[in-house]
Amino acid sequence: MASGKTKQHKLKNAGTFDIINTISVLCITLVTIYPLYFCVIASFSEPQEVALGRTMLWIRKFTLEPYQYVFKEKQLWIGYRNSIIYTVFGTLYNLVLTIPAAYVLTKKNLPFRNVISWFFFITMYFSGGMIPTYLLMKDLNLIDNPLALIVGAGVSCYNLIVTREYFSSSIPQDIYEAASIDGASELRCFLKIALPLAKPITAVMALYYGVSHWNSYYNALLYIRNKSYYPLQLVLRGILISNELSMSNMENADADMVAYLVHRAQMAQGIKYAIVFIASAPLLVAYPFLQKYFTKGIMVGSVKG
Amino acid sequence: MKKGKLQKLLRQMYRCRMLYLMILLPVITVFIFHYIPIYGVQIAFKDYRSSLGVRGSPWVGIKHFKAFIEYPYFGKVLWNTVRISLYCLCTFPIPVIFSIMLNELRNEKFKKVSQMITYAPHFVSTVVVCSMVILFLDREGLINNIIVFFGGERTDFMSTPSAFAPVYAVSDLWQGLGWGTIIYLATLAGVSQELVEAAEIDGAGRMQIIWNVHIPHLKPTIIILFILKIGTLISVGFEKTFLLQNPLNMDASSVISTYVYEVGIINHQYSYSSAIGLFNNMINIILIVIANRISKKVAQVGLW
Repeated sequence: MASGKTKQHKLKNAGTFDIINTISVLCITLVTIYPLYFCVIASFSEPQEVALGRTMLWIRKFTLEPYQYVFKEKQLWIGYRNSIIYTVFGTLYNLVLTIPAAYVLTKKNLPFRNVISWFFFITMYFSGGMIPTYLLMKDLNLIDNPLALIVGAGVSCYNLIVTREYFSSSIPQDIYEAASIDGASELRCFLKIALPLAKPITAVMALYYGVSHWNSYYNALLYIRNKSYYPLQLVLRGILISNELSMSNMENADADMVAYLVHRAQMAQGIKYAIVFIASAPLLVAYPFLQKYFTKGIMVGSVKG
Repeated sequence: MKKGKLQKLLRQMYRCRMLYLMILLPVITVFIFHYIPIYGVQIAFKDYRSSLGVRGSPWVGIKHFKAFIEYPYFGKVLWNTVRISLYCLCTFPIPVIFSIMLNELRNEKFKKVSQMITYAPHFVSTVVVCSMVILFLDREGLINNIIVFFGGERTDFMSTPSAFAPVYAVSDLWQGLGWGTIIYLATLAGVSQELVEAAEIDGAGRMQIIWNVHIPHLKPTIIILFILKIGTLISVGFEKTFLLQNPLNMDASSVISTYVYEVGIINHQYSYSSAIGLFNNMINIILIVIANRISKKVAQVGLW
């Protein structure tokens, strides 16, 4: 973002300020990454070593045992599969609704445009809350129905504003006028002109909605009872927080019951670290490649906001 | 004349029929999933019975609101909520400071890497963040091992009520620090370089430039985000509190949103629990209006 000129200008007076600043930023960065790093090395270390605090910086007594249990944890993979399904279809549903809505709201000659805009904006400040929404879902027969995690209010107001801002600021309006003089219908204008030009914002929205589907557990907690419909996050909650780990396949090799129980408890911790890693890895690996889109979304949104 | 106008409007609407068609579906879903629940809020003033439905249930006035205020733990739940929010509010300046620090970095590559790393926790799910917190704060967890390393004593943080709000705020900060800088960095990109240069020529040091050029430039953004934050003072997020809650820290972790869940979803007291939710929303709106008015008076910036 800084132009060549400002860089040059900044380089003129390096000094104590820069040294302190760079070191501080470095410390903050390291402190931020450390918890995630620790989970990774802890998951590959002998659980006992982790409990003794010997894995602060690097793996001790490398082992894959926690991962062996993780791969045998059936419910986890059911959750993984379900979450993929919910995320893909949920995101598609959101996009199909948000993108056209945002496009329509940029049309200045549309009668009642402001009324429709406010219809969406109000939802940012007022909501029915947990119980009235729950009762609605009950009336719609969406309790214990996987559809509850896909459909819903397909438009998030914040995302709608960001997308609308993109349409009105990044695509010149004259383009549509030229097309409509040539006899193109509104729908054609949208599909053939606006949509191809809106690829970047569509990617941003797909990512925003996708991440929120993948990471959410609230809706499933409220609306889903049947375990075979559980999304990954709810399964994780069971394993990581409520300690519903089956570990049925752990052999009782030690004759000493106490030693066995201690080992089992420590292994449970190791498995948790492994699961933290497995559950977060997809997004953390993919995100650096997508980062520029994510931040772009916030930038576009902040222009007006 | 008037008739002509109406005709013109109708003609224009007809011309835009395709656009209306395109926005019809989004409007319908928002109507169903947002407006019907808003209409359903009336059960807060009724005794909801599922056989009678939202509309048919008898009105009871403010009975449920009274019940909530008279609930023996009302003060406790309210205070727990505010306490957690206040702790989170204390961390509000940190992303501002961090964004200025990032903005002052000379090495663009280091800046990029640092941003990339500090944004990462934003993509970790709440469930995973909470389980990391629980794992780290375990008696044999990372934090206790570090404390022991420095000669301290092991503490059971998760079963210490007084530790709940700080733990909540710190984990929030960890997750949101980098992401929170984006909006400030975008604003800082708009600082006029001429102003900075002029200040330099006048002999201003780096700190002075930050204080007199960058901070004033950020002020409107800071104020607006602060107002928005004030609006959530008594609505501590359900998701995280619920996950970090356990019977031993209940004394500090029982907040309005978890109480709504407990009463409504677990105990099926739909009307009572809706009343609590509505009470919460009303206070939020009042707070945001007050914060907005104050900031308009003091700083001439406001949300509306």
